[in-house]
Amino acid sequence: MLETLQQLLWSGDLIYATLRLTTPLLFAALGGLMCERAGVLNIGLEGMMLGGALTAYVVALRMGNPWLGILAALFVGAITGLLFAVVVVTFRANQIVSAVGMNILMLGLTGVALRAAVGLSIGQSPAPTIPIWEIPGLAGLPLIGPVLFAHLPFVYLVFVLAGAMAFIFYRTTWGLAIRAVGENPRAAETVGIDVIRVRYATVVWSGIFAAVGGAILSIGYLNTFQEGLTAGRGFIAFSAIIFGRYTPLGTLLASLLFGFTDALQLRIQAFGVQIPYQFLVVLPYIVTLLALFVAGRSKGPAASGLPYAPGEE
Amino acid sequence: MTTPPFLQIEEITKTFPGVVANDKVSFDVAAGEIHALLGENGAGKTTLVSTLYGLHRPDSGRIRLRGKEITLRSSRDAIALGIGMVHQHFMLVQPLTVAENIVLGMRSPREPLLSLGPASQEIERLSRTYGLEVDPAAQVWQLSVGMQQRVEIVKALYRGADLLILDEPTAVLTPQEIHELFNVLRRLKAEGHAVIFISHKLDEVMAISDRVTVLRDGRVVNTVATAGTDKAALARMMVGREVLFQFDKPPAQLGDAVLNVRDLCVMGNRRQMAVRDVSFDLRRGEILGVAGVDGNGQSELVEAIAGLRPAASGQISINGRALAAFQPSDLLDLNVAHIPQDRQRVGLVMDFSVSENLVARLFSLLPFARSGFLQWKAIRENADGRIKEFDIRAPNSEVKARSLSGGNQQKVILARELSRAPDLILASQPTRGLDVGATEFVEGRLLEQRARGAAIIYVSTELEEILSLSDRVMVLHRGEIMGMVRPGEVTEEEMGLMMAGEKRMTAQEKMEARQS
Repeated sequence: MLETLQQLLWSGDLIYATLRLTTPLLFAALGGLMCERAGVLNIGLEGMMLGGALTAYVVALRMGNPWLGILAALFVGAITGLLFAVVVVTFRANQIVSAVGMNILMLGLTGVALRAAVGLSIGQSPAPTIPIWEIPGLAGLPLIGPVLFAHLPFVYLVFVLAGAMAFIFYRTTWGLAIRAVGENPRAAETVGIDVIRVRYATVVWSGIFAAVGGAILSIGYLNTFQEGLTAGRGFIAFSAIIFGRYTPLGTLLASLLFGFTDALQLRIQAFGVQIPYQFLVVLPYIVTLLALFVAGRSKGPAASGLPYAPGEE
Repeated sequence: MTTPPFLQIEEITKTFPGVVANDKVSFDVAAGEIHALLGENGAGKTTLVSTLYGLHRPDSGRIRLRGKEITLRSSRDAIALGIGMVHQHFMLVQPLTVAENIVLGMRSPREPLLSLGPASQEIERLSRTYGLEVDPAAQVWQLSVGMQQRVEIVKALYRGADLLILDEPTAVLTPQEIHELFNVLRRLKAEGHAVIFISHKLDEVMAISDRVTVLRDGRVVNTVATAGTDKAALARMMVGREVLFQFDKPPAQLGDAVLNVRDLCVMGNRRQMAVRDVSFDLRRGEILGVAGVDGNGQSELVEAIAGLRPAASGQISINGRALAAFQPSDLLDLNVAHIPQDRQRVGLVMDFSVSENLVARLFSLLPFARSGFLQWKAIRENADGRIKEFDIRAPNSEVKARSLSGGNQQKVILARELSRAPDLILASQPTRGLDVGATEFVEGRLLEQRARGAAIIYVSTELEEILSLSDRVMVLHRGEIMGMVRPGEVTEEEMGLMMAGEKRMTAQEKMEARQS
């Protein structure tokens, strides 16, 4: 048994799967991080992921082109983000209640839309998927080539995006504005920053990021869609932000940990270790809980979750 | 033709639901002038300057800058026109650095990239020019209040402000810091900047301004040259009646010791030691003032005595009863009254009625409760009596505390706390935010209690108030007693040095100063 585990941990396969499973999580987490830093709590990532996953699947299936599926998911993500922004930024509704509502709505809506689009047949038709892109030159390297450089293009992209987000937060005027809005929106307003606009922009981007995360699940990995496909990954992404102490690098590392746990439990199952699979399936969720426990007091932006009314004392 | 004044405000009117905050307000400010806006709380000063800074739009009226009419849609417009504002509550983002705060919201020369290096150099240049020492790399939360204010001024100047508006800038400063601020303002004036200085403190207005516009109930009472007026005249304009600056305070009739505090240490909210080794005694018929810049351990000290915050070490005894672990409910048995600093969050339940708030401490006892049932008749009768006795302006006893003005809210608390003839009264900034009338009322009531034989701790950040009311004054700096002085035997200068922690008494003096 120990030997099996050792074999497992050292396999390039596990690293490959970690990267693969981290990617959708990290997309959603980066999106959530962006609006969280601007002071909007988005636990609606789960619903936004689901919307993206379904849209990408249906469009890819109908149009016969996975890239059109991604494009459609981007669009739907932006619309969901916009709707959420209207509710919580303009109408200043409670951000947690609204997000819970959005998650339930998306769960139901995607289920209904799936039946409307592809009927009730059990054996769903597989959609065309995004092809693997082997990075020329690097993919051929011995050992690490197939593990690190033979993924979906989105896998490389999300790590680049995490770096880009760190750069934007700390090196650009936009990032400074986002951080200021999340900490003290009134101070930001008095120096002429349009708080509402910043929040709208970040929430819309969070919708887009989460939708791409969902689309990768459906037409990147599974080639299909089923109700509740995301299985709580949006919530795990949200935990990754907190565990990552609200920084892009921290969020990246936290997502990697959660991706690794997921990969590990799948591999253990595949190796046929004599543990009931139900225990293995809950592993990522337990690690998430433990991580939040260990993280202790990870302090978010001071204005997180608080609606802002411009111009009022 | 003469050149028009730098800034002209013409008949600005601004109403909020139910209130006319500014009613046809007109005045003008010249370049190189320090113009004071004087008025009580609620006179409309802040509303007026918020309008000037584009934070809200007037219902009617015009603003002209350099002779040209301007429309301000947001603070962005105001900044672009060279208007800068230092808000009463600083508009700084705590976790960001000074430089980040200063460039926030501005276009960078390398847009969209930040360019903090050159910005820091410019900040240092401005600091030198105006004597506003700031460290561009420091994070704001690390800075003292006085330093944060300097950051705010540099922030406005960095944006090229010709007109600088300061809303109650001295409220949070020590006398020395006020002195420095005034030097900065004089330098700004010499450089041709126009300054609007908002205050309700007559001494400061007399000291720094060239002209004064007095506001009352949203209207301009008059604009006068400072040189041609005096404190009494300004006070009359501000309040609308004669104001006594000194009240008759009979000499203290000291009785037995009510409170003994020995080597008290108390932890603050940020896990720092907020009160360090504080020892003193307090006797019946005595008012002990606690002076210091806001946040130097005053609230923690009072909360510890009130049983709201555990003492880390040391002893507190009230009426000879030493208590290890205080419970707020002990206050009732010990006959201690507490007038908390935050009257809206701690002193009152804002959504409860006046009558309910008036029995907030005693509701479970006869006659207000019988066998666990509230006796509404007794509660209402109690309320009606207190409302009359304390002149609480409320339509009836069943309106919510929230609907009362600040002064009347404070009267509700006084009525509740003082009606039991307490032995010890803990009054934390009881006059903060109150107008002159309500302040006089509160001080009068406390002096009555003193004459009756209550021992009183009176915390305030207003030096003048403390010196006129107290029999002894304790000065706190970072939780330590810097001095125990008697009003009349100390100058404001000395008090200021103690408040800034630059002058302290010796251990010997400390021992001697314990007793009254």
